Amino acid sequence: MSATTDVPRRLGTRRSWSDRAFRGTLVAGGAAVLAIMGLVGVFLLIRAWNALHRAGWSFFTTAAWEPDSGNFGIAAILVGTILIATVAVSVAVPLALGVALYISEYAPARLRQPLVSVVDLMAAIPSVVFGLWGFFFLQSHVTGLARWLSTTFGWFPPFSVPGSDPHDPLATTTVYTSSTFIAGLVVAMMIAPVVASIMREVFMQAPVGEREGALALGSTRWGVIRRVVLPYGKGGIIGGTMLGLGRALGETIAVYMIISPVFAVQWHVLANGGSSVSSLIALRYGESTPFGTSALMAAGLALFLMTLVVNFAASSVVARSRSGASS
Amino acid sequence: MAVVEATPPIVSTTTPADHPDVPGGPVLPDAPAEPAERAPRREVRRQLSGVRVSDLLNVCGAGVAAFALATLVCTVLAPVTSPLGFVAITVGLFLALYALLVSLTESGVAVRDKLVTVVVHGAAFTLLAGLVFIVVFTFSRGAAALPHVNFFTQDMALAGPLDPLSDGGIRHAIVGTLIQISIALVITIPLGLLTAVFLSEIPGRFARLVRTVVEAMTALPSIVAGLFVYATLILALGIPKSGIAAATAISIMMLPIMVRSADVVLRLVPGTLKEASYALGASQFRTVWQVVLPTSRSGLTTAVILATARGIGETSPVLLTSGFTAAMNSDPTSGPMVSLPLAIFQFVKSPEPTMVARGFGAAAVLMLLVLTLFVLARVVGGSSPLKKDARRRAREQARTERRRRAAARGPRGRRPTRTPHPTHRLDQEQS
Repeated sequence: MSATTDVPRRLGTRRSWSDRAFRGTLVAGGAAVLAIMGLVGVFLLIRAWNALHRAGWSFFTTAAWEPDSGNFGIAAILVGTILIATVAVSVAVPLALGVALYISEYAPARLRQPLVSVVDLMAAIPSVVFGLWGFFFLQSHVTGLARWLSTTFGWFPPFSVPGSDPHDPLATTTVYTSSTFIAGLVVAMMIAPVVASIMREVFMQAPVGEREGALALGSTRWGVIRRVVLPYGKGGIIGGTMLGLGRALGETIAVYMIISPVFAVQWHVLANGGSSVSSLIALRYGESTPFGTSALMAAGLALFLMTLVVNFAASSVVARSRSGASS
Repeated sequence: MAVVEATPPIVSTTTPADHPDVPGGPVLPDAPAEPAERAPRREVRRQLSGVRVSDLLNVCGAGVAAFALATLVCTVLAPVTSPLGFVAITVGLFLALYALLVSLTESGVAVRDKLVTVVVHGAAFTLLAGLVFIVVFTFSRGAAALPHVNFFTQDMALAGPLDPLSDGGIRHAIVGTLIQISIALVITIPLGLLTAVFLSEIPGRFARLVRTVVEAMTALPSIVAGLFVYATLILALGIPKSGIAAATAISIMMLPIMVRSADVVLRLVPGTLKEASYALGASQFRTVWQVVLPTSRSGLTTAVILATARGIGETSPVLLTSGFTAAMNSDPTSGPMVSLPLAIFQFVKSPEPTMVARGFGAAAVLMLLVLTLFVLARVVGGSSPLKKDARRRAREQARTERRRRAAARGPRGRRPTRTPHPTHRLDQEQS
């Protein structure tokens, strides 16, 4: 019996012209945003090419910034940028972790929502306000701490301060001002709410069933945090830290207001003077010759690539973690 | 900031008060069976709290002892001049003493738990207090400038650094900020929404690429955005430094933030709503226009407002692309146009106390502006149709619950018995 086999009908969607136009517009919008974002990199590269070509590899090894005499490189400012970001992250992350854990685990239920709002609001405070606080308050109040740190931990090279004499009570404290450390502290206050907000978001999503399980097995609150919340929120912790790091690397105004620029590699984080890529750009953009501008573009490109790498790393870590890319 | 607004708006609608009993909690054998038609409940976290008197006493005792010991150490044994050093020593001593006190009565596990509790509370308090202090500090230093009406109605064209606070103001900066952010919004709202709709409506490899790039760009350093506009508009195209160049730079900062948070909001639109629309024969455009966008309207507004709050506080792009002026300039196409953050930056460069006070006053105004935007975002974001729907459903559920309880209570207002009907009657006869 030759049964006619049922051939499924091919169902194609024929979209109306208005839908096609709509989809076209959407794709065009997406492409435009992609193009703008791509142009940022491409244009910086084109503008920087002149300087990069002239300097060659010495661009990464020279610790000076005299573009017009051909002697320039980002060794010093790159080290400065990374040091500021390191100080900021190492201060901000423990504090942010504390805030995130407090809000998600310890705070009374009534207080939780207001605290979330406060932290989110703090993350929106303009950086120039943090710069004001750092310049007018922290600068004068933190030198004591810096002095104590350098006297007590001076055997650790980055904490030593050349030119200071801890045994002279009348010694001026100006060697401790405008330092990488103070700039790092200000940036830490700036990034801490952002980091805390991401971590808190992930911690609060830790599965209730696993918490209950841990409690049922007789674990303490810290046991629940250590065995359920922190493993679950690992992606959020790393992602939040990386995002904070990206912010800290790119911060301009707060750093510019505090630091007194030097263009030598400054390892001593407590000592006066330091530098960062972004504050260098803000400082020099006005007075530059065309070649100087090109050199600044090269510095900007380096900063751009650095934050891009940090960001990609952060998003891939977060996407792979159990909590997923919800934040 | 980009991440802050990513909170899915449905999460916080059900408070523990709505569902007092925890699913999976102890079930009594005679408990009435859950009606099968009830919607599945969200899991609610157990509230772990409870402070014993001894806990409180331990903290107080350790605190007093640590303070006394630290005073001894700092004044006699190893003199420390800095108050922060004193605080550091006190904190260290406090932790050690507290662990000692707790270990007198508790086991090692409990000691660790208590110590972590104290450390977490301490870190949270330090950071929150520090942040609140920064805000209060700015307002208190700016308080000198804020009461003067001329601070808001005049510009600095005719006022020098030595003039008192009753002369000159920040009108030019406020106007500049408003103009720049308006232009930036005109650029970013259509482009940002279009891209966000693109990401959620036409998924695929290209959309994934766009999303990845946008996410990577959310932390684009603001100075790089400024530098880019400086390189393109000002150096390559020859547009003079102006408000419009600054607005472009701010838009480049705001665009990824807006796209990302709008994308998160759009992904929350229930698929059933969209499919219902398609089933009625609506085209994709109509579905987006009449179902997707209205459903997520409040979330999108929040995205726009939060991106605005971020853009309004950017200093360095404006510094690079617009330049400073002390005079009023309401024409964004020519001449430097100052914004609030840039004005603050310039004010505090001056050593004169009145200029510094003006800077702090402007910072206070800027923070108030951000706060207003934020509150606006909360108010708008608090009333999304999805949330309203969830709240309505919770209310109805509570009402049916009450009605059922009232029905079970019977005419004489007896407490509900947990037995089915026939036994119930038997019960009444016995009494």
